[in-house]
Amino acid sequence: MNDPELIARLQFAFTVGFHFIFPPLSIGLGILLIIMEGLYLKTKNKLYENMTKFWVKIFALTFAVGVASGIVMEFEFGTNWATYSRFVGDVFGSALAAEGIFAFFLESGFLAILVFGWNKVSPKMHFFSTIMVTFGAHLSAVWIIVANSWQQTPAGYHLATYELGGNIFKRAEITDFWAMVFNPSSMDRLFHTLVGSWMAGAFLVISVSAYYLIKNKHIEFAKKGLTISLIVAAFSSVLQLFVGHTSAVGVAKNQPAKLAAFEAHYDSSAVAPLYLFGWVDDKNQKVDLGLQIPGLLSYLIYGDFNAKVTGLNAFDKNDRPPVNLVFQSYHFMVALGFLMIGISIIGLILLWRKKLFENKLILKILVPTVILPQLALQLGWISAEVGRQPWIVYGLLRTKDAFSKTVSSGEVWFSMILFTLIYTLLFILFLFLLDRKIKHGPDDITPSEDIYTDKKTILG
Amino acid sequence: MDLNIIWFVLIGVLLSGYAILDGFDLGVGALHLLVKGDINRRIMLNSIGPVWDGNEVWLVTGGGALFAAFPVVYATVFSGFYIAFMLLLVVLIFRAVAIEFRSKRESKLWRQSWDVSFSLSSILIAFLMGVALGNIITGIPLDSHGEYAGGFFDLLNPYSILVGITTVALFMMHGSIYVVMKTEGELQEKIKGWINNCIIFFVICYVTTTMATLIYIPHMVAHFKEYPLLFSIAILNMLAIANIPREINHKNYFRAFLSSCASIASLLLIFAIGLFPNIVISQPNPEYSLTIYNAASSQKTLWIMLIVAIIGVPFVLAYTLSIYWIFRGKVKIDNMSY
Repeated sequence: MNDPELIARLQFAFTVGFHFIFPPLSIGLGILLIIMEGLYLKTKNKLYENMTKFWVKIFALTFAVGVASGIVMEFEFGTNWATYSRFVGDVFGSALAAEGIFAFFLESGFLAILVFGWNKVSPKMHFFSTIMVTFGAHLSAVWIIVANSWQQTPAGYHLATYELGGNIFKRAEITDFWAMVFNPSSMDRLFHTLVGSWMAGAFLVISVSAYYLIKNKHIEFAKKGLTISLIVAAFSSVLQLFVGHTSAVGVAKNQPAKLAAFEAHYDSSAVAPLYLFGWVDDKNQKVDLGLQIPGLLSYLIYGDFNAKVTGLNAFDKNDRPPVNLVFQSYHFMVALGFLMIGISIIGLILLWRKKLFENKLILKILVPTVILPQLALQLGWISAEVGRQPWIVYGLLRTKDAFSKTVSSGEVWFSMILFTLIYTLLFILFLFLLDRKIKHGPDDITPSEDIYTDKKTILG
Repeated sequence: MDLNIIWFVLIGVLLSGYAILDGFDLGVGALHLLVKGDINRRIMLNSIGPVWDGNEVWLVTGGGALFAAFPVVYATVFSGFYIAFMLLLVVLIFRAVAIEFRSKRESKLWRQSWDVSFSLSSILIAFLMGVALGNIITGIPLDSHGEYAGGFFDLLNPYSILVGITTVALFMMHGSIYVVMKTEGELQEKIKGWINNCIIFFVICYVTTTMATLIYIPHMVAHFKEYPLLFSIAILNMLAIANIPREINHKNYFRAFLSSCASIASLLLIFAIGLFPNIVISQPNPEYSLTIYNAASSQKTLWIMLIVAIIGVPFVLAYTLSIYWIFRGKVKIDNMSY
């Protein structure tokens, strides 16, 4: 393991995977906070205020870890992938800078009001801040996914040269900003990620609420929380079916090698099958222990069972991603997606029939569901990014040519070990504090307290 | 209109914004352990509570803008200063986590550990930034491909360490004034007593660094020799520093703080004038230096980014000003505080 580029890839995968736990939670929880605080303003029910305050604390915790691990990502392009940075800076850097100017300032500014401003601003202003923080979180997803999608499906650029120290270098430069922003995959991938993030937030609230109901604690709080989050979860899970499908059709059009790897489709053929599961034997180009539905892949992409789907063999051996990893991560993501649809729909039906809160079995099933969207997000990201290989910028720059030339394997090892230690510690602390916050629960309002507040209002 | 110059200025503005804003909260961190008692330490933390996060965004955006406008500089400096930047990341993470986690448990050991972590990381961040700045001033070895040709320990040269210590001193002075502005009673009196020591510490460092620069780094003063009018900035800088103890004596803490902001801004302006039009000076081969022209993005991108900045910056200023306005006045601890 003395290849610095390989360690740098592992490091990037590890640090971005860790980072990617937190922003989706912020995005999703933001939506739920808007609903909770909106209900508070509408009904003036103190329960919703407590609920908002409780989840704001959790939101702040995930946000903080997200920011800390996010700065690492911004630095890592320059430290580990300097050649890449020189090549794409003109394009990719612009999206990143736009993210900073448009989204980060917005988020951090209103976050201060969201967390610390309860007694400083009016309830309406506070609600506005909640909306703005959530809007900012969505906006930063927009810019970072635009930047990442440009790596998948470059558009709005041309290849140009520049001179430095008597040497000529090649790089990508923007020719059309809007074509860069709305590159062929950016909108599909943005919606796919955002809906996934809503699911991440919703299932966290589902899990905690179900836990309280099982433990017979904070009953009213948990019932209201579960109702809201189940509706959001069911809505976004079903929506994801369509959004995810659109995204896959986009991949077939824009990155056919990636789609072929999703389904281990080697020879271009009509009536292409869709695998439900299987294990890819890349050497012999076949799928072991697989179950396939003939023609379904053709149908899903082109709406026609007889349509021809391009296979991996249409691409040079050096231009193909590692098939089995992409196949497995993609299939598990899809399976998890269906599982979440099933669970949230069943939950919703029971809720409708007023049988949910007493049904200990389903509540017990709901508690661990917080992990499902997290797994699906990670797996989806793996299939998207590993599926892009061997390119770092699809068709333009190979990953192996993108590493920093001046960085040694010793240095990358040093930072790899450093991040492993710190992220492990950070993650343990995060879970520990999250666990304590959840066990502590919302600050309950007792009837006597209520009378006190009422009196105070009457007396002025 | 020269877009390259505009972007040199804009990134300078972003980084000065960062130094002024995060500067005081790093300074508060540096002084944190000197304050005794849990409630006092909570007041220290909560004086920066609602704003430290936003202050750090100036660094993130400055980094993003550097990536966009001068990608060659971004790539060279970040990969060249590899180990130093990794250490910087580690302390940035530790600091963020320390602030966020410290008051979440009652345990004395828990709070004590995070207090130490918060304070040490604040000092180290200021120091590492100063060291990086010092190396940019002296210049670093670059090859003909614009890649860093030195090692990690070359960065720890005496001059850069001196700039590192000066940065810590500057932020401690800046932070102490901020805390005095945000506190009252006993704690305020106590920290007020420290301001003078901080000023003296900073002035000693500042004079030493200035002498070292004049003697050893002639390229930084070339523009000042050529255009003597520029020396007025150095005079303004001295006046701003001298004004601080005067305002403190008159109990005009806010004006003392503004003076401190002005001294940071003018110091960075002097640095930028010395550097211009280079961004990274190559030593010993000055012909390989990265300038605002050979290291820049295309004119089209600089133009697009300028539009982005023109749209975005008024919003940024509006958010920043409103947050400081909403959280003005003395610190109060409530159940949402750190």
